[in-house]
Amino acid sequence: MSFSWAKPYEPKHPLARWLDERLPLPRLVYGAIGGGYPVPRNLNYFWNFGVLAGIFLTIQIVTGIVLAMHYYATADGAFNSVNQLIMRDVNAGWLLRYAHMNGASFFFIVTYIHIFRGLYYGSYKAPRELVWMLGLVIYLLMMATAFMGYVLPWGQMSYWGAQVITGFFSAFPVVGEPLRVFLLGGYAPDQAALTRFFSLHYLLPFVIAGVVILHIWSLHIPGSGNPTGVDVKDEKDTLPFHPFYTAKDGWFAGAFLLVYALVTFYVPNYLGHPDNYIPANALATPAHIVPEWYFWPFYAILRSCTFNLFWIDAKLWGVLAMFGSILLLFFLPWLDKSRVRSGNYRPVFKRFFWLLVIDVIILGYVGGAPIVWWRTALGQIAAAYYFLHFLVILPLVSAFETTDPLPNSISESVLSGDAAEPPVAVAG
Amino acid sequence: MLLRWFLGFVGAIFALALLLSLFSGLKTYFTSPPAPLAAEEFHKEPKELKLSSDGPFGKFDKAQLQRGLQVYTEVCSACHSLKLVSFRDLKEIGYNDAEVKAFAGSGKQWKIEVPSINPDTGEATTRKALPSDTFPAPFANDTAARAANNNALPPDLSLITKSREGGAAYVYSLLTGWANQQGYRNEKGEELLKKFPDAKTPPGLHFNPYFANLNLAMPPPLTTDGQVTYADGKKATVDQMAQDVSAFLVWTAQPDLERRHAAGLAVVLFLLVATILGFLAKQQIWHGGERPLVRETGALDPKNQAKTRRAKGKAGVAG
Repeated sequence: MSFSWAKPYEPKHPLARWLDERLPLPRLVYGAIGGGYPVPRNLNYFWNFGVLAGIFLTIQIVTGIVLAMHYYATADGAFNSVNQLIMRDVNAGWLLRYAHMNGASFFFIVTYIHIFRGLYYGSYKAPRELVWMLGLVIYLLMMATAFMGYVLPWGQMSYWGAQVITGFFSAFPVVGEPLRVFLLGGYAPDQAALTRFFSLHYLLPFVIAGVVILHIWSLHIPGSGNPTGVDVKDEKDTLPFHPFYTAKDGWFAGAFLLVYALVTFYVPNYLGHPDNYIPANALATPAHIVPEWYFWPFYAILRSCTFNLFWIDAKLWGVLAMFGSILLLFFLPWLDKSRVRSGNYRPVFKRFFWLLVIDVIILGYVGGAPIVWWRTALGQIAAAYYFLHFLVILPLVSAFETTDPLPNSISESVLSGDAAEPPVAVAG
Repeated sequence: MLLRWFLGFVGAIFALALLLSLFSGLKTYFTSPPAPLAAEEFHKEPKELKLSSDGPFGKFDKAQLQRGLQVYTEVCSACHSLKLVSFRDLKEIGYNDAEVKAFAGSGKQWKIEVPSINPDTGEATTRKALPSDTFPAPFANDTAARAANNNALPPDLSLITKSREGGAAYVYSLLTGWANQQGYRNEKGEELLKKFPDAKTPPGLHFNPYFANLNLAMPPPLTTDGQVTYADGKKATVDQMAQDVSAFLVWTAQPDLERRHAAGLAVVLFLLVATILGFLAKQQIWHGGERPLVRETGALDPKNQAKTRRAKGKAGVAG
């Protein structure tokens, strides 16, 4: 931790001292989340979603481990092990399964808010580029894990989702089709694919946990950002993580889990698709194959490409656009060169940011709904804007924008109240 | 700098590919607009169905579930299986052990036997069902089911209300939805066979506007009032039988429903109290944190810690 006023760990009890000299584990925990981690005092509630993401990762791992005790990874038995054994015969199996199923959705809700927080407040900027990039690695791993998890119940959407997603690879020339067959272990999803998806679905969450540690480690070097984007200058800009932020995170986690509980207990299938309660059938294609809601924006980008441009056919354009739409986020720290981090002090950037939010919501809507000509057209405009936003508009805005004056310090912005801040910042 | 130019170029190419897709798509739409489909314009959304299991405090109406079981046993089970449900589960809808045993194995109510092996010869045979068995299927396998049903496969009903858009309301609407296609009009008053002469239901299928493509292999199973004689004496109209079996199929798909609602209430109340307490704790802690230049307050203040130590020392408490 880089702040000199971070209070070092001082074990008082002889046993704690004994342990600290041999294995300084409590020191590590203290430095990470205790009084040893000074945090800017002006964080708003958007800064709660990192901790919430950690909570949902934990929920997913715990419920997932227990579910794996009852799940059969066989093409014949998977559907019944979920819908008969777990849902009917395992004690509270329905609770475990619904909690895991909706836990995935809430993990993504939390993560999307966390990512958009980062986009608005410039959390990807120096010196936090690696925090941002490791976060994107977590996000990619989450997508892979969620996709493979959705295949496991071996319902119709599981099966056809696996068919469509692995079909992306066959878009690549020459190596595509052999690669697809290699990844699936066959020409179509079957036993081999199911077993390896199960194996990887169990492995990847622990990889995610590992990258989460790196994500937090790299965050704790410069320390947390804050809504003004102004660097921490001295001790009065910060508060110790514990008890201030443990208390703030604690009650907010309770409030958020309340929403999660309402969905899990009262509308557990609302976020899912009815077709996944039909056993997988290789001979009957569902009328509308759609992934889970958290993939809809990317699914819309994939489906938007319908034109063979140059020597690349439409399918490959779709796949490239879909992967590109996520990969371009890795370049964000160098695309946006504005020295002002927070969107609060960037009047032009702020407008485009909200346009992006609307754009992604439109993409999500288009990706989840059946294809109609006007919806396809809307999706194509939204997808084009997505690329232009990050790769053209953002660099231009950051080069030409006149930003609003920043407060002198965090404590000034907190202690003198909103009135002392520039008026535009308040209006946002 | 070079990176930004390069990425800007990449972005422009993707935008170009997408906008060309847009123009070619719009051109195709306006030069050769897609033909309207009978299934889109004459498909009906499910009718409204109110069940006692609806809503966050919903509970099953056990009398209705028992009537639904009777409809399933006497009508639906001729073709449809219920593979995920066990006879012992029937205890949840108000039967006792003896009744479940009699239902499964007496041969009076449930007539399909369970595939088994003759213990003396090892040959395939059947035996009476036990409470621990799942409902045996009417056909030995899918091929036999198709052979007996004009090559259509009657779906398993265990999860039918979870696996169809509209759930129980869809099942109820479908069961009461067969119509005479001749002269059939939709809500807009358009006549189906005048607008789409090709949409005439092929032989062997049956017209039902609640089914996605309007033509269903299943003939109407509930045709006359009193087809089932309810044990509880309720008048068995077609509408009543359709409602009862739909309610029963909600239970087969979600036997956890009542437990889920009850556990949910406890969890939500717990979280509500915990959240309120957590919020008050946060207010208490931050009351000091938001004051200027005071970094540590309450328990963390060195002055207070010293006080605590002194008090503990006086009282002779360790730590």
